[in-house]
Amino acid sequence: MEQELLIKRIEEKDPKAFDVLYENYSKSLFGVIYNIVKNEEIAEEILQDVFIKIWDKAATYSPSKGRIFTWMLNIARNAAIDKTRSKDFNKDKKNLSSENFVDILNAHDNLNEQVDAIGISKYVKKLKETCKSIIELLYFKGFTQKEASEELNIPIGTVKTRNRNCIANLREMLLN
Amino acid sequence: MNIKEYIESGILELYVAGVLSEKENEEVSTAIKEHLELKEEVEDIETAIIKLTAAVAPKDAQKLYDKIKANVLNEKETKVVSLPQKRINWAAYTGWAAAVILAGGLFYLSNQNNNLNYQLQSLDAKNAVLEAKIAEASQDLKKAEELVTLIRAQDITTINLGGQNVSPQSYAKVYWKKDQEVVYIDALGLPEPPEGKVYQVWSLTLDPLTPTSIGLLADFVNDENKVFELQNPNKSQAFGITLEPAGGSETPTMEQLYTLGIVQS
Repeated sequence: MEQELLIKRIEEKDPKAFDVLYENYSKSLFGVIYNIVKNEEIAEEILQDVFIKIWDKAATYSPSKGRIFTWMLNIARNAAIDKTRSKDFNKDKKNLSSENFVDILNAHDNLNEQVDAIGISKYVKKLKETCKSIIELLYFKGFTQKEASEELNIPIGTVKTRNRNCIANLREMLLN
Repeated sequence: MNIKEYIESGILELYVAGVLSEKENEEVSTAIKEHLELKEEVEDIETAIIKLTAAVAPKDAQKLYDKIKANVLNEKETKVVSLPQKRINWAAYTGWAAAVILAGGLFYLSNQNNNLNYQLQSLDAKNAVLEAKIAEASQDLKKAEELVTLIRAQDITTINLGGQNVSPQSYAKVYWKKDQEVVYIDALGLPEPPEGKVYQVWSLTLDPLTPTSIGLLADFVNDENKVFELQNPNKSQAFGITLEPAGGSETPTMEQLYTLGIVQS
């Protein structure tokens, strides 16, 4: 379904549009949220809140601001980060923040929970360490180029090109 | 625009990540609309990222589908229904509260008004009573003043009538204004006449003893000051008061002579 049509049907509160949205993006958003809060129960709550927010705020979305996925991704990341900053968020879980998405994929691999994940982790392990960290920062954490360059201690222009190469590798592994 | 260079710059990957500035986002969005190649490139990047991030999910999000969908759709419904409901309720409660307070206030004021009206009426009645009493008092005062004026007058003759055999305790006074041929009988010292009887006043000449009736002390019981005004054109030498049958008698019943007094000349 085209982006404009989908968002229009969400604004009209068409339950079928919800199904499309959920089918396409829920797993991805769940993964991003979980990678930030590192707790399944909390991630479920946030995922639900994110869908409620998306459902309510569809009118505020404009295609000029980016893809629907990107819009949802931002909402999910912000909701999860807000949660980690809230008082009731368990500090023990914050200590796990050194784990990145690759560590989580490896853990899934051991548990044999997700069939999809098993195949993907096999490829992801092959990614360079520099790629793992830049993907973690830009996609899972929402760092800007400038923030990422400071975090990784590389020039700002390098962030864009290195990321481009990393995603190219990923696409080769996952889409072909 | 060189499409290949644009793609190679890596801006599309950052666009999908959602980490560009608002201005950059708009520029890329416009470029994508104009070039199908860019759109396809963006969709491929997006698909790869979605696959990668989805693999990190702790479990299949599809298991949460029913719960989340129900909550998202219900959330919307309950929000739409419950929010205005709450508002209506508040308005209603406030309205009812105001109505109750108003009713209470009106009842209170109406009560106060009734009380005040009642008090006013009561005061009016008391006022009327007091006015009547004042009128009465001033009337009494006027009569008393008249009496005082009467007995103090220079040209008046006062005759003391003493009690006789029938009633030795009785007494009376006669004030006689000879020039006006009027006598005032002060009968305060006479007992109340029995039922069917009346006091009759007589003017007497002594030689020979000739009684002449000058009138009855009519309505004796109800007369407050017991002072009666009678006409007396006679050359009286004495005055007597007898108790006679109602209506009076032609001649005095001497056995019922209560008081008698002689005019001092």
